[in-house]
Amino acid sequence: MTDNPSSGRRAGIRTGRLSSAEIEQNFSDKYPPLSRPEALIEADRCYFCYDAPCTKACPTGIDIPGFIQQIRSDNIKGSALTILTENIMGGMCARVCPTEVLCEEACVRNSHEDKPVSIGLLQRFATDPIVEGDTALFCRAESSGRTVAVVGGGPAGLSCAHRLSMLGHSVVLFSRDQKLGGLNEYGIAAYKTVNDFAQREVEYILAIGGIEVKSGVSLGSDLPLAELQQEYAAVFLAFGLSGANKLGLPNEDIEGVLSAVDYISDLRQAADKGDLPVGNRVIVIGGGMTAIDIAVQSKRLGAEFVDIVYRRGAVQMGASRHEQELALTSGVSIRHWAQPTKILLDDRVTGMQFERTELNADGKLHGTGEIWSLDADVVFTAVGQTLAEDVLGAAAGIFEHKHGKLLVDDNRRTSEPGTWAGGDCIFGHDDLTVTAVQDGKLAAIDIDRFLRAEKQGDNAWQT
Amino acid sequence: MADLTSEFLGIQSPNPFWLASAPPTDKAYNVHRAFEAGWGGVVWKTLGEDPPIVNVSGPRYSTMLSNDRRVIGLNNIELITDRPLQTNLDEMRQIKKQWPDRALIASVMLPMNEATWAKYLPMIEDTGADGFELNFGCPHGMSERGMGAAVGQVPEYIQMATEWAKKFTRTPVIVKLTPNVTNILPVAQAAAKGGADAVSLINTINSIMRVNYDTLTMYPTTDGKGSHGGYCGAAVKPIALHMVAEIARNKETASLPISGIGGIGDWRDAVDFFALGASNVQICTAAMVYGFKIIDDLTSGLSDFLDKKGMQSVSDLVGKAVPSVTDWQHLNLNYVEKAVIDQDLCIKCGRCHIVCEDTAHQAITHTVNGERRFEVIDEECVGCNLCVSVCPVDGCISMQQLASGIDPRTGQEISTEKASWTTHPNNPMAK
Repeated sequence: MTDNPSSGRRAGIRTGRLSSAEIEQNFSDKYPPLSRPEALIEADRCYFCYDAPCTKACPTGIDIPGFIQQIRSDNIKGSALTILTENIMGGMCARVCPTEVLCEEACVRNSHEDKPVSIGLLQRFATDPIVEGDTALFCRAESSGRTVAVVGGGPAGLSCAHRLSMLGHSVVLFSRDQKLGGLNEYGIAAYKTVNDFAQREVEYILAIGGIEVKSGVSLGSDLPLAELQQEYAAVFLAFGLSGANKLGLPNEDIEGVLSAVDYISDLRQAADKGDLPVGNRVIVIGGGMTAIDIAVQSKRLGAEFVDIVYRRGAVQMGASRHEQELALTSGVSIRHWAQPTKILLDDRVTGMQFERTELNADGKLHGTGEIWSLDADVVFTAVGQTLAEDVLGAAAGIFEHKHGKLLVDDNRRTSEPGTWAGGDCIFGHDDLTVTAVQDGKLAAIDIDRFLRAEKQGDNAWQT
Repeated sequence: MADLTSEFLGIQSPNPFWLASAPPTDKAYNVHRAFEAGWGGVVWKTLGEDPPIVNVSGPRYSTMLSNDRRVIGLNNIELITDRPLQTNLDEMRQIKKQWPDRALIASVMLPMNEATWAKYLPMIEDTGADGFELNFGCPHGMSERGMGAAVGQVPEYIQMATEWAKKFTRTPVIVKLTPNVTNILPVAQAAAKGGADAVSLINTINSIMRVNYDTLTMYPTTDGKGSHGGYCGAAVKPIALHMVAEIARNKETASLPISGIGGIGDWRDAVDFFALGASNVQICTAAMVYGFKIIDDLTSGLSDFLDKKGMQSVSDLVGKAVPSVTDWQHLNLNYVEKAVIDQDLCIKCGRCHIVCEDTAHQAITHTVNGERRFEVIDEECVGCNLCVSVCPVDGCISMQQLASGIDPRTGQEISTEKASWTTHPNNPMAK
């Protein structure tokens, strides 16, 4: 990460391990946008497949051959419309989608030459000029006179609000955070969304109008669910997972043991990343995208030794192969088949003790009893998130849920009449921005259907 | 190694690749570079009367491009040489002296009166040029003045001018034909009647490339106006091949040697022309797009091809495919082919399915037993080759003959007898 070894390698937790120039370079656009010639040549590689596998692999069902054909013909506005009609966050998804396991994995070029069309980069090429140029592509239908409450300012909430507004409904959007965007703003690795793109996308989405934003408001304490249900024609819940899972070890609250999610949030909001305290030896516990993100970003902030420790193998990691490779090429070590057993400490954390793991005959994970340890200045936990316990408050009991997440049907209806849910807080969700956008879109379409049926006097929830 | 040396009308050249009369052969500087690069011969940029014509100082060229800006077709409105005749003659003389083993052909375009031909041809012959090419082809500019394609579209004029040329030069005379005619045979026959030693074809095709989307004028323009140009490059090759083959297979013209021109970019294109009857080939656009270096691939590719075919020289290849060209009415209507998709090569893009479904015969599946799978339905397949033509994977779909048994599409026994439209019962004119 740095050409100057003298600047970084001091033990302990320090700020300013790297120069601002180094930090700027380390957090620049990881996959720079395509130039026009690059885009045209890449677009030419698309075969315009029938019933395209890439489109089927896209959680939002974007007509990918269609938008690429529009790039080929220099119809950029049409291309962006094709994308954003299905996925209003097409710009962010172009940056953060694990395309290698979605559209690009399905690309038929893989069976031809082992190199898919760069769909993500093409999608960015088509959407960036529209989002950054504030080109209005959507307008609102005639007002329905109804107002829907959307709880959560992340991808699911914004997607739902935008679609509801398009369909003629008014929206009040409640956000716990001051800034909208959810994990796009507070969670995604900084080098994937440079130049404040998350906020620019939020502004683009809100520009359609009809969406009133109330920030700094949390469901539960400030905002009882029952009140919302009473006041609004419908309620969409997309408040994410604000609770972080714990390792379940003694001394987990000691100095130096940090939640990866919280640290990334600080990193994303830091005016100067050089002010962030960075350990020289960093351990990351977990195997998902968050683990990769905190490991790579720690390295890019100047940590010398970064180890991801995961209790299962590479195949079982939640992070895609592509993301694992990113970590490895960034100088992160990934140690598989070890589970944390003890936090090592004096007055603060000094390391972690692990036990080697393996699968037994019936496929269950168990410890082998073999113990080893690693020194650390900082230990990041990235072992999943959960619904914050108090979010639903008294209402928690009325929802059907599973593993602490809300159960919804195909239209994103909860068990509670008049209440829909989507994004990370629903069961079966895969933590992806693109899936959250789809949840919001499907819920909005169903809410619209519901409100129209209600107007006809039908028993709308049953239909 | 096959022998690439070429003799065309007795004119020797180290290979059968000549640069066509066009901007690349405008002056000694370019021709010298071409010969250094290895070209077998040049047809010098067309000479005309003095004082020379004047070219526009606006755009002369425009192109049809692929998305990565490969040139598919090129349009030009440049006229014949705009330099004084004596300058050209001096340079031609110097080049022929310096490169005696290369072919040097003088292209000429003169008004339709005998005295002019009588005046200029001996002067030009005196340079030592190996022969003449009569430019009856250029479709733009000069044709408005009664020359170029304006001559080439009237068989009587072709015959007359060819007779003059033969009268005033002792060297071989090649007549360059315009494709801007409904039928190439009458003009080729007129050249033969006039005593032409050979024909060369095709010259360029009348064309307007496109519109400028900002100004909504044609593109390109000179001070807001444009005129049609002549189209050439890869896109015109099939048109040229058809015309070459027509001349090669028609008994009135079959004995005329042909110099093939039109969209030759690599050695395979040249093989097309040779096999369909051309004895040598001329190239312009590919050189104007990539420079003279393309000669390396042309010669090595052709040499390798001839070796693989066990042929000693280009003459073994000339005309090989001509007997396979016939009229539609003679095609065997009892012959049956079906498309066959190689499932191991199929990448499942579905293009064959959708083009067959939307625009042809609904003869390719998209789902088999719930799986995405593309298979030919023999009961519907008419053997049209559309799927082969659009499949992005070379060799994935092939046409295979159904030699005997029942054709599942017609339910009829496949006959081994040949039967064409000339004898078909549906043909009221059947014999």
